Amino acid sequence: MALWDARPSNQLNIHGQQFIDCFYDYHRNLSPESELWPYEDFLYYGGRRLMKDLFDDGYVDHAIFQPAHLGAFFGNGFGQAEEAFALTRQHPDKLTYNHCWDPRLEQKGLEQLRRDAERFGLKGAKLYTAEWHGDSRGYKLDDPWSYRYLEAAQELGIRNIHIHKGPTIRPLDRDAFDVADVDKAASDFPELNFVVEHCGLPRLEDFCWIATQEPNVHAGLAVAMPFIHLRPRYFAQIIGELLFWLDENRIQFSSDYALWTPRWLIEKFVDFQIPEDMQGEYPPITVDQKKKILGLNAAALYDIPVPGRHALAQPAQSAGV
Amino acid sequence: MVTDAPARGACDARAATLEERARRALDGVVDPELDEPITDLGFVRSVRAHGDHRLTVHLRLPTSFCSPNFAYLMASDAKDALTALPGVAAVTVLLDDHHDSDLINRGLAADAGYRGTFGAEAQDSLDELRLVFRRKAHAAAMERALTALLRQDPALTEEALHGIVLGDLPASGATRALLRRREALGLGTAPSDPAMVDDRGEAYPPGEIPLRLRFARSVRLSIDGNAHFCRGLLRTRYPDSAPDQAPRREDTTAPSHSSSERELTP
Repeated sequence: MALWDARPSNQLNIHGQQFIDCFYDYHRNLSPESELWPYEDFLYYGGRRLMKDLFDDGYVDHAIFQPAHLGAFFGNGFGQAEEAFALTRQHPDKLTYNHCWDPRLEQKGLEQLRRDAERFGLKGAKLYTAEWHGDSRGYKLDDPWSYRYLEAAQELGIRNIHIHKGPTIRPLDRDAFDVADVDKAASDFPELNFVVEHCGLPRLEDFCWIATQEPNVHAGLAVAMPFIHLRPRYFAQIIGELLFWLDENRIQFSSDYALWTPRWLIEKFVDFQIPEDMQGEYPPITVDQKKKILGLNAAALYDIPVPGRHALAQPAQSAGV
Repeated sequence: MVTDAPARGACDARAATLEERARRALDGVVDPELDEPITDLGFVRSVRAHGDHRLTVHLRLPTSFCSPNFAYLMASDAKDALTALPGVAAVTVLLDDHHDSDLINRGLAADAGYRGTFGAEAQDSLDELRLVFRRKAHAAAMERALTALLRQDPALTEEALHGIVLGDLPASGATRALLRRREALGLGTAPSDPAMVDDRGEAYPPGEIPLRLRFARSVRLSIDGNAHFCRGLLRTRYPDSAPDQAPRREDTTAPSHSSSERELTP
């Protein structure tokens, strides 16, 4: 989830507006009608609204920020680092702040990463490889500078690397139509967990193929979750494939807040079952599997204490580390 | 479907015919990732024939951040298909509301090609990209045809697909779709050719078949899922695009008794 500011006052150019409009179209296309936000609310909602949507209304016990900086589109960045971190300090039991980096900032960014890791107490990071920077419209996880950042992350105890590999906005032949760079990085950094957000969608199969071979590759259900409402059979296929190719310890819920609010997603997922006529292909999903996906897997990666009432008979384990 | 139809004079009928022919030509242009014609997807916003045998076509996409290489590929394929029509003097293809609209439209107008349009960022040609998605389209078509066969004949095991040749497949839409995708990849289409093959046309060892079929299934699922997502996003972005969209011909997210008989593309 994120705390973003996409108001016109923060937009640097037409791309900033196009970006938030694209998000808003995702929101309008996949939300139940009762959960639709007015455009103005979507541009910026602030910390108080965030706490209400997640914790008062949304059944959430603990949430992890996954910020995208998008400095080429938004003057003060898209994700609001300072505001989010301040909120995390107010509610350390409820919120974890993940930060981001851009390896194209090279040595200067690397030094900043060291300072950020200490200041924010980072356990994880969100990498948006499609980020624009100067003439570049993206980078790969196995670029030489990327590796130096991952080495630093490993040394600094930033164990959980979330990577956006979703509907692509990265252009040209450097387009992220496969997740091959995750494959290489996961092999070379076995101590790190790579959570592939959007589980490779729109190229699920490329992701699954890699995740079967790399035990430290996890599936983040960002943007896959809301299909549970409009296309539950498609959602069943995604979950069914992930459970087949990976296992129940490596799949993680995401609300993508504020693209969607968690309340309805969680309600629908708790009630969700593989449709009967598909159960030949995909076995029914169990309550324990749902518990793991909804939070126990993330709790294991982030060392978040789990209240006894939520625990399983067999505790969830991170499969990778 | 031409929402901005101009006031026309005597050449009305001839222009309408040219527009009709142009639309049919655009049926042959596919979104490589979704493996469907851009006309069915609703990506063609307008087709307009002018009295002097010129054509102007506007294309639109589900988001302004759709990958520029796909956008360029479809737009330039559209221009090629229209330019090849007999009796057309000039073709203008314009991509609307994309973050690279200006760049792409300038490149198309100047026939600058992919590298000429994008410069340093276009390191490779588009051929490799096309090949990747032709292979995916083939895997998906193969899974559709063989899964239909497995459903039809409960005695047939996945391992036994090793012995299935193209001639064993029923004369269905799924089979015809598979043959077309094999053709596009240069793979054999003889009745004696094995049906379950890899990207180069080699048959899989029997032991590998269940896993390979499973993988082909996730390829098919990805393509189908993307197609639904893109259709939905296009309608969200352009509510007037809904009547231009044809339903996806094979919907695997619908209950399973539907339509393995219908073709995926015309």
